Amino acid sequence: MKRDAPLKNYAQKLGLLVLLLGLWEGLSRLGIWSPYLFPGPVTVSKSLWSMAADGRLLDATLRSLGRLGRAYLVSVAIGVPLGLLMARLAFFRNAVKPVVMGLQALPSICWLPLALLWFGLTDTSILFVVVMGSVLGIAIATEDSVQGVDPQLLRVASTLGVRGLRFQFGVLLPAALPGIVTGLKLGWSFAWRALLAGELLFVSGGLGQLLTVGRELMDVPQVMAVMVAIILIGITVDRVFFQTVEGRLRRRWGLEGAM
Amino acid sequence: MLRALLGRWRSSLRLLRPAHVEADHAKISVTQLGHRYGNKVVALQDVDLNVRSGELVCLLGPSGCGKSTLLYALAGHVQPTGGTVSIDGQRISGPGPDRLLMFQEAALFPWLTVRGNITFALAARGVPRSERKERADQYIRRVQLQGFEETLPHQLSGGMKMRASLARALAVDPTVLLMDEPFGSLDAQTRIHMQELLQSIWMRTHKTIVFVTHDVHEALMLGTRVVLMAPRPGRIVRDLEVHLPMPRHPEDAALTEMVRHVQGLLREVERNTLPEVMPPRAAAPAASSPPLPASGLPRPAR
Repeated sequence: MKRDAPLKNYAQKLGLLVLLLGLWEGLSRLGIWSPYLFPGPVTVSKSLWSMAADGRLLDATLRSLGRLGRAYLVSVAIGVPLGLLMARLAFFRNAVKPVVMGLQALPSICWLPLALLWFGLTDTSILFVVVMGSVLGIAIATEDSVQGVDPQLLRVASTLGVRGLRFQFGVLLPAALPGIVTGLKLGWSFAWRALLAGELLFVSGGLGQLLTVGRELMDVPQVMAVMVAIILIGITVDRVFFQTVEGRLRRRWGLEGAM
Repeated sequence: MLRALLGRWRSSLRLLRPAHVEADHAKISVTQLGHRYGNKVVALQDVDLNVRSGELVCLLGPSGCGKSTLLYALAGHVQPTGGTVSIDGQRISGPGPDRLLMFQEAALFPWLTVRGNITFALAARGVPRSERKERADQYIRRVQLQGFEETLPHQLSGGMKMRASLARALAVDPTVLLMDEPFGSLDAQTRIHMQELLQSIWMRTHKTIVFVTHDVHEALMLGTRVVLMAPRPGRIVRDLEVHLPMPRHPEDAALTEMVRHVQGLLREVERNTLPEVMPPRAAAPAASSPPLPASGLPRPAR
């Protein structure tokens, strides 16, 4: 990717954004649809601002992210070792991997009814859904990247006499790390989706509930404002955290230049 | 004119003398080695080879002659289907810390710096932490990479990567160094540099090296001994000592003459017209040896 003229790049992005916002505002002002059902960006941003000002947005965001963080940690703690086992042990590869692949085909929200029956209307239910939504993807990506380690490195480790834990943590894990981080990023976006789907369905105090409340009050600006907030949070985590980590890793590993 | 040519021919013959090494004087002793891949392809048949300590032996031959298979058998990465390989009288059964294999690719760990690659290898060999850095830097100097200790492999050129890989191999200090066409992927200029570097390192350390190549010039430039191999089935057809003093110069006239001579031999190998002059083993029981199932690593993909 060329890195020249970043200014021009940003100008193009900004231009398109302004154009889309203008189009949206224009459409809403034409009055084809009721302004209650199709508010313009100005109304939406006012609603966003008011939610931010009285702390509702921050409260809901913190609650959602807290939940996500806990569930995600559990997913990583289970998913990465599970992936490593699937890549390294014949039993896990032959017996466990097909099960993981099969369960991965199930959309995560389908776990919710089961979770509600098992855990009731609690946080645990949502955590369960989020974990089920992301742990399998992380495990599969980890397994994939360990399998894809350059065989040359394995041979050189063998001839250098690198064995045991030094091999597992000194060669195999770092060699697979760029792939694992890509898997973690994917897992995070799965978890984010599963979380909001779960939060929509019952009183949870998170961003999902804020959406539901907006719908119940027929407050379309609030619904749209929360949607915008969700998009912004998603982009921020992806850009600020994962892109940085992934980019640094790939540069250090010499896989490519700038991302 | 003709006489002059004949004279040179004779001189190259004088510089290339058949090698006879007794098994009991050998560092590496290969007897009756045979290997089949998937029980079909005969990669090696009845290979006998004795290597003295401190020799730099080049295995030379066209592709498919089993030179890499022989090297991997020495490394213990291939379990031969027949015969034995011994080092210092000990029969080998797998990879060991006394031998180190170097590949055509530098195969550095990309997340470690040049120094990190060496200290990691030293750590795996149980070198105490306090000595690792100093020893790493010593070998980095020896391959003339000083100033690049903290550089990551992907920031190095192909030749520099190979030098780092060589430094890593030497730092580990194996008794036998096995090299599988290590300079095969370098450009001609870098290749000559690497050959001169390896030559000077060998002159200083007199390490036992077995070096696989298909480049006649490279074999004669580096080897104290050149072992010529032929395909189908993979076997040794000539075992020659190179009596040309080191350091050798790539454009040395005698070297060039020897290259021409060996290239002639190679052409005959490919046409299958070279008479067998290897000391024939008294009625080798090759045909009677049962076809054992092949095992071990397949030949690595290139």
